[in-house]
Amino acid sequence: MSSPGHNVAHQFDDAVQQRDASTLGMWVFLVTEVMMFGGLFATYVLYRSAYPEAFAAASHHLNAQLGAMNTLVLLGSSLTMALAVRSAQHGARFGTVAGLLSTIALGSVFLGVKAYEYAHKFEEKLVPGPYFVFDGPEGTHAELFFSLYFAMTGLHALHMVIGVGVLGTLAVMAARGRFSVAYHNPIEIGGLYWHFVDIVWIYLFPLLYLLGRH
Amino acid sequence: MDDARPAQRKLVNAMEPGASRTNYLNADYGLKSWLLTRDHKRIAILYLISITLMFLLGSFFAVLIRLELLTPHGDLVQGDTYNKLFTMHGIVMVFFFLVPSIPAVFGNFLLPLMIGARDLAFPRLNLLSWYVYVVGAAFTLWAVITGGVDTGWTFYTPYSTTASHTNVLTTAIGIFITGFSSILTGLNFIVTIHQMRAPGLTWFRLPLFVWAHYATSLIMILGTPVIAITIFLVGIERAFQLGIFDPALGGDPILFQHLFWFYSHPAVYIMILPSMGVVSEIITCFARKRIFGYEFIAVSSLAIALFGFLVWGHHMFTSTQSVYAALIFSVLSFAVAIPSAVKVFNWTATLYRGSISFEAPMLFALGFIGLFTIGGLTGLFLAALGLDVHVHDTYFVVAHFHYIMVGGALMGYLGAVHFWWPKMTGRMYSEWAARVSAVLVFVGFNLTFFPQFVLGYLGMPRRYHVYPDEFQVLNVMSTTGASILGVGYLVPLCYLIWSLWRGPIASANPWRAAGLEWKVASPPPTENFAQTPIVTEEAYSYPVREAEVV
Amino acid sequence: MLQSLFPENASTIAGQVDALFFFMIAVSAFFGILIAVLVVVLSLRYRRRAGTADDVAGEAVHGSTALEVAWTGIPFAIAMVMFYWGASVYMTMSRPPDDAHEIFVVGKQWMWKLQHLEGRREINELHVPIGQPVKLTMTSEDVIHSFYVPAFRLKSDVVPGRYSTLWFEPTKVGTYHLFCAEYCGTEHSLMIGRVIVMEPNDFQAWLSEDPQAVAHGAAAAGSPRERGAGLFAEKGCVTCHKSESSAMGPKLAGIVGRERTFADGSTAVADLAYLRESILNPREKIVAGYEAVMPTFQGQIDEEGLLALIEYIRSLRGEESGDVEGSDG
Repeated sequence: MSSPGHNVAHQFDDAVQQRDASTLGMWVFLVTEVMMFGGLFATYVLYRSAYPEAFAAASHHLNAQLGAMNTLVLLGSSLTMALAVRSAQHGARFGTVAGLLSTIALGSVFLGVKAYEYAHKFEEKLVPGPYFVFDGPEGTHAELFFSLYFAMTGLHALHMVIGVGVLGTLAVMAARGRFSVAYHNPIEIGGLYWHFVDIVWIYLFPLLYLLGRH
Repeated sequence: MDDARPAQRKLVNAMEPGASRTNYLNADYGLKSWLLTRDHKRIAILYLISITLMFLLGSFFAVLIRLELLTPHGDLVQGDTYNKLFTMHGIVMVFFFLVPSIPAVFGNFLLPLMIGARDLAFPRLNLLSWYVYVVGAAFTLWAVITGGVDTGWTFYTPYSTTASHTNVLTTAIGIFITGFSSILTGLNFIVTIHQMRAPGLTWFRLPLFVWAHYATSLIMILGTPVIAITIFLVGIERAFQLGIFDPALGGDPILFQHLFWFYSHPAVYIMILPSMGVVSEIITCFARKRIFGYEFIAVSSLAIALFGFLVWGHHMFTSTQSVYAALIFSVLSFAVAIPSAVKVFNWTATLYRGSISFEAPMLFALGFIGLFTIGGLTGLFLAALGLDVHVHDTYFVVAHFHYIMVGGALMGYLGAVHFWWPKMTGRMYSEWAARVSAVLVFVGFNLTFFPQFVLGYLGMPRRYHVYPDEFQVLNVMSTTGASILGVGYLVPLCYLIWSLWRGPIASANPWRAAGLEWKVASPPPTENFAQTPIVTEEAYSYPVREAEVV
Repeated sequence: MLQSLFPENASTIAGQVDALFFFMIAVSAFFGILIAVLVVVLSLRYRRRAGTADDVAGEAVHGSTALEVAWTGIPFAIAMVMFYWGASVYMTMSRPPDDAHEIFVVGKQWMWKLQHLEGRREINELHVPIGQPVKLTMTSEDVIHSFYVPAFRLKSDVVPGRYSTLWFEPTKVGTYHLFCAEYCGTEHSLMIGRVIVMEPNDFQAWLSEDPQAVAHGAAAAGSPRERGAGLFAEKGCVTCHKSESSAMGPKLAGIVGRERTFADGSTAVADLAYLRESILNPREKIVAGYEAVMPTFQGQIDEEGLLALIEYIRSLRGEESGDVEGSDG
């Protein structure tokens, strides 16, 4: 019978099994996320090919500059996350905490910009529903675009909020010295999740913001 | 143990003739020890209670449906009520009984035992999945109590998003939440099976029950997220009057059907694969023989999971989808039947030169083979395009899926209950009462659903509250069968609960079955194994008289 | 007695569907009985007898690749035969003959509205002559319904926002059930009616009886073509779709069934769905050489009006709109 350190849960034989299990678990979870976003993406792609004019016209109302800036912010946050993981692998507590906090900061910037964009859409009366107004004959299909825009970016933003929460918890744990060279898998799988959320945005940005722009 | 409540103390005493022995049931007392448990076995019992309650609710709706259909006119309930009844029957039975049933109860209880592990990979996630199920069920029950929902369990748009005046949103939220229970269970099983098998337990030494749950878990994690996002879209469309699936607002109602069936077809394999795993366990035990064609049965489970994702369009042959799509879905639907047929042949071949006895679990398993075969064959009728045009959306389809779901999955579930009851509770039930139930269920089931094939070909559409007079005789036959079936389900409820207090104590291996779960006490101790077993044999290594020819 | 167990056969395709059905019953019965017999025989033959040891009766047999290949391959082959047969029947169902007589169907909660092109309208009843192919062009005003005639062995979903078609040739005079076969709300099971197949002479007589004045919404009496002509004028279509070369809109004569080229280079065949889309979402496909100025008529014309308008456009020869080219589709 193994003599696990106090970090190994009772159902696992040893730390290696625990680490492998939690890593596999995160990958499986990310597969489910791919399927979930996939359904939304498929819906979007199908409607976009059915109503190219209306979707392009609607897309023009999005602020591509802000979207691009947000993309860079998120890419940066993936960099800081990767750095945090690397610090954790080396047992560097300060680097780990700094990396996590930077990631949280950049993620919050992203969310702040998103909130600003949403507020702006609200002012422009481009929020789908009874108060939606769109200049142009493609009104109904433009509303379809914005329904999907809010659904897709909203779901993504929700994942980011959860991610910020997870990273915050990890940062507190790291600051308290819970991680070491021997045990830092939670940071790694937290990183996996964060990178995934980033990749979703990498797809969202061109699909939503760059329609019909040359 | 003086602070233990009287009933539990009696249970303990009854289980401990002489020496005191702790098991997972008596290891700790009190509601908190159950509601905050991380023990996969206790979580299985929590699920057992919840899904039994949901099954009773779904059956109640079925009773009302069959009573209403005794006469061609709407005497018992009004049209709107009837529409709610069949909707809620479908939703409760599919999402809250069939999908969780075997995985959440028996998968949870048995997987760690079968692979020699102390628990699943993520015990807290396991408990969370039960709570998620309960919250989802609560939302749905709230929808039922406050007026019901009448969209059909299939929620076709734009009726569900625009025209229905019932609690669509609440129900959608309930189903959305419950889906995550499925996803978490599937995730847990996959990681557990990959990472936590005992030494020597290679993939091809696993019990087929484990293979079946592995394949089921693949479907759960890949398919359920899609229904989640689909129901989410329906919910926001309804809440904010968007037009995602409403043609009046630019949406496409057929897109909803594609998204819905992309999950809901694989979902039927979630509902049947586990019971196929159960059948493999039971047949080997009561024929005292290794399974015939082990690798083929194992791989066929994966094949079913894979092909199951490629055939969703066969629910839409008359929906105006293109002819070419229809042709592709049809040929793939025929292909997906083959792995199931392979299993049936292998189970039958297992009986050859076996040493067969007919205890209740075996009766349920044999009943499964017969009824599932009919259900599967009638699926071929539906896969044939020219024929499906006629019988789509008629009682032929209703009969087909009930043969699979009830004749197959539910029989498998009851077989599992009867097979592993002694292991889970430490008690035996009355064997003769159980055999009577098995026969009642088999007879009642056929009488209920076979006439519906005839009704369907005659042209009686499904979801009909009133119907032309000439369909009455067959409907009366069906309702008569349903009463017998109902009795067949109520009887086990009685003798199984009775056995908890009065049943004979069960030994560790009352069936003398192979399998690691039978090597521990009945009921098992919380930690399952005092020492992790080391596996050296193939699955189902029942003794043979002569030297085995490999 | 047997009649109560089997539906009537009243169309040219019904017999083909039934033949396939009987084939599948035969195959299913064979395999079903085979399995049942095997299970029963094996269970009894190898049942454990009291007093014997519980070992396997003899040499353990637990695999045979040959058998696996056989019982995978043979069912697969049979399944492919079933697929092919079913697909052939389905292809016949999907290809209406060119001389099929068209009837418009609009479903709505909870009734069927049927429009003969000659002018008669029906509610929940469809009169057709024996021996003549009929093509139904259908749509829904609200939710999805399904037009189902068991005696013809045919159904097609009726979907809002698009057209679906169904064709049949009746073979037997009589009255047959018409059911809605897609759940559509409170009175789904009351959305039923009758298909009445008549001798050709009787049908002609029926057709030329004075149609009753119908007062549904803005519907006018007269054939769809007449109503469509009225709408064409009333909605101002002729303002742009006229025969002068300076016309704002493309000519409409003879376009049905022909390919059209759009401003972005793509092409499509001008079928009924295209016409409907052009009226409701004109900006999605702009004909090459024209500006995107056509307004949408979404919400201004109901489904029956749209069908009438399309029928009118189909009938255009040249003087009404555009130069003299081609005939209607």
